[in-house]
Amino acid sequence: MKIGVDVGGTNTDAVVLGPNGVLGWRKTPTTADVYSGIVAAITQAIADASVDSADVDCVMIGTTQFTNAVIQRRSLLPVGIIRLALPATSAIPPLTDWPDDLITEIGRNAHLVGGGYEFDGREIAPLDEVAVAEAARSFRCDGIRTAAITSVFSPMNGDMERRAAEIVQNEVPDIAISLSCELGQFGLLPRENSTIINAALSELSRHVVQAFRRALQELAINVPLFISQNDGTLMRADDVQRYPVLTFASGPTNSMRGAVYLAGIQDAMVVDIGGTTSDIGMLRNGFPRQSTNFVDVGGVKTNFRMPDVLAVGLGGGSLIRDQGRLVGPDSVGYELTSRAQCFGGDTLTATDIAAAGGWADVGDRSLVRADKETIDAARASMRLLLDMNVERMKTEAADLPLLVVGGGAILVDWPVQSVSNVLRPEFSSVANAVGAAIAQVSGEVERVVTLNETNRRTVLDDARQEAKDKTISAGATAASVEIIEVEQVPISYLPGNPTRLRVKAVGDLPI
Amino acid sequence: MELKCKDVDDLCIGAAFLGAGGGGDPYIGGLMVKQELAAGRRIEIIDPDGLDDSKLIIPTAMMGAPTVLLEKIPSGEEPIRALRVVENELGRQADATMPTEVGGINSTIPLFVGARLGIPVVDADGQGRAFPELQMETFAIEGVKGCPLGISDEKGDTSLVMTDNNHRMEWIARGITIRFGGTAYFANYPMSGADVKRSAVKHTLTLARHIGEIIRNSRSRKQEPFDELCRFLATTSYALARVIFDGKITDVDRRTSEGFTLGSVSIDNPNGRCVIEFQNENLIARADGDLLAIVPDIISILDAETAMPITNETLRYGQRVKVMAVRVPPIMRSEAALRQFGPEAFGMSEPYCALE
Repeated sequence: MKIGVDVGGTNTDAVVLGPNGVLGWRKTPTTADVYSGIVAAITQAIADASVDSADVDCVMIGTTQFTNAVIQRRSLLPVGIIRLALPATSAIPPLTDWPDDLITEIGRNAHLVGGGYEFDGREIAPLDEVAVAEAARSFRCDGIRTAAITSVFSPMNGDMERRAAEIVQNEVPDIAISLSCELGQFGLLPRENSTIINAALSELSRHVVQAFRRALQELAINVPLFISQNDGTLMRADDVQRYPVLTFASGPTNSMRGAVYLAGIQDAMVVDIGGTTSDIGMLRNGFPRQSTNFVDVGGVKTNFRMPDVLAVGLGGGSLIRDQGRLVGPDSVGYELTSRAQCFGGDTLTATDIAAAGGWADVGDRSLVRADKETIDAARASMRLLLDMNVERMKTEAADLPLLVVGGGAILVDWPVQSVSNVLRPEFSSVANAVGAAIAQVSGEVERVVTLNETNRRTVLDDARQEAKDKTISAGATAASVEIIEVEQVPISYLPGNPTRLRVKAVGDLPI
Repeated sequence: MELKCKDVDDLCIGAAFLGAGGGGDPYIGGLMVKQELAAGRRIEIIDPDGLDDSKLIIPTAMMGAPTVLLEKIPSGEEPIRALRVVENELGRQADATMPTEVGGINSTIPLFVGARLGIPVVDADGQGRAFPELQMETFAIEGVKGCPLGISDEKGDTSLVMTDNNHRMEWIARGITIRFGGTAYFANYPMSGADVKRSAVKHTLTLARHIGEIIRNSRSRKQEPFDELCRFLATTSYALARVIFDGKITDVDRRTSEGFTLGSVSIDNPNGRCVIEFQNENLIARADGDLLAIVPDIISILDAETAMPITNETLRYGQRVKVMAVRVPPIMRSEAALRQFGPEAFGMSEPYCALE
């Protein structure tokens, strides 16, 4: 039996998941201390499921705490920044193109020092250990408690970053250190950005992970704790404490994965209808299709990919105007229950149309002031909006069902053109927490290799094995580990056909 | 005109469009230029038609692997040192710099050099798009010598290449680039103002900026950008552009050979299939056997919604795209030009057939 928890900005949800599905669930408000909200949600979900907390094997938590902190510019520490790269890279120093208000939080204590690697593994320059030590002393002078270290081509070789970390630690024993090689992915600037943000979150991540642990202690649930990361797989709580940025994109991933699990399928289009917008995405083999663009978090380009989600201005609170011909994109939002006509308000919303049209049982339909023409026109507008955008996001001709989830799911009672059928899975309001609970653990390897006929097998096999080993050390049972992705992208304009190789494995937790 | 910070993003989008799927992402170059402007330096773009015949113009650019560039960002000194190598050889200082290639990242390097050195940048280039090799220049076709070529890396190493054969210039510089760590910055085709007027594809920097502006505006105003792009290009020396296919990417095949990314992309719609072959840049587009467009005409794959250009490195299964073809100006379609960068130069047997 597993417990999945979603700690959002507004609500904390918990579900109890057995081998055959959801046994119980609860939605409670998120608390300022984080942990008491988790305690309340888990306690009530366990009561709802009528199970014994001694039977819980594992707890998985998904959270948007870290993303929100960056967006809201709160709980961020000033960061000591070191880039190992000179004489290269000085044309674009760290923090270039960052929003000013974020730089105010992070500070400008940045140092470019000699070091870094070439694409073929040679050194650009030897690590300038003296300059690293000087940088560290200036961190100490400024009272900086967290540092971000990035070297050129560190995803291929992290040795210089690790050596620099030793030197910094020597000078400032208590400092928290984030290394870019642990965050993977080629592209110096986005990787450096992610590393700096990660460092800025080091104190918050300690508090949040402690809050998670304290909640489990208080509940006397003494089981492994895992936290959802960007790609929908799980990390150990210790790793999240060191690398909180790896959780940035987990919210939308969990909600989509939870939805397909609840519907008992693997491939689907998903629309998550909220108060203001609908998020449309596509899942294959239970995983959301990834966007080709890098994620922008709080105005900074990071090296993480998000699920490819299209936000459309259709939600429960969308304003209906022009006799129903115009739906949204503005919305009454969280004021739905006071401003929508079916709740006694004065504003005509999408929810009122669904109520007055008779296909949703919500509020008092007699309060809605809309004639039949307006209702029909609004219904047609909403239908067109959804049809068009689901079609836009669907990237193959195959028949796929559409899963409708979220608080605004009641708006839809019509067939959607580009999909085979419309499904509304049960418990979809806690799809996020379900997505956390069903996740596997993963391991990833990325490097530049030179492939030829004689070494191809060995090189690919080595990378596969390494990805599998990483997955096992992340907590997976050896028997369950499988390779799910092998990406080979050739690098042009270089001799010997070098190729960027990325291998990813996933595996089940021992439950 | 003086280039402003807001123009830089537009110029980068337009440069990616003219890159025909290759040319390297101008993201890093754009940041370098913006950094200079933010530091208070100025970039003046001057009209080639107004150039004094006796002025010395030395073009600047980068070469090598765009993937390496994303990790090993330059120090900024490289293209300037390369320029100095050519100046020393000639015993004369450059009055202006200029792009050799307007497509992709190389539209931005001369802007950076212009800002750093306080010299103007000529609104012209030698490719009118992106091509993979240094001899593929209208400068060469019109008799401007490629050498002296100066080349430099971030470590301060420089090299001077002297040869009368532009193919050998490419070959030698390519070898040096590998030893420099996969990317290098160079200056070549030093020429007079009179040479520029005779041999360059003119007004291509402002063309790129304008293309980018149309695409950006359509994104914020939700207007149909494709018609507007065609209307605008009709008023330039390119004279003709149109959408040649519209559909969803159903297959991407990529491999490398001798440093080039070769491959093809298939795009389907209910009426048929379009196959585009590329060698770094898109070379030929066919639909069910019929020729739609062929190099040197520009074939660009654009996002069907936003009209943002998609480079061949980021093509993915399932993207909805429109394929736009642009006929290149007459200077790029002469017999001599086609020998240098027409279908045959890329090993294709089809003859060039200008977009109609």
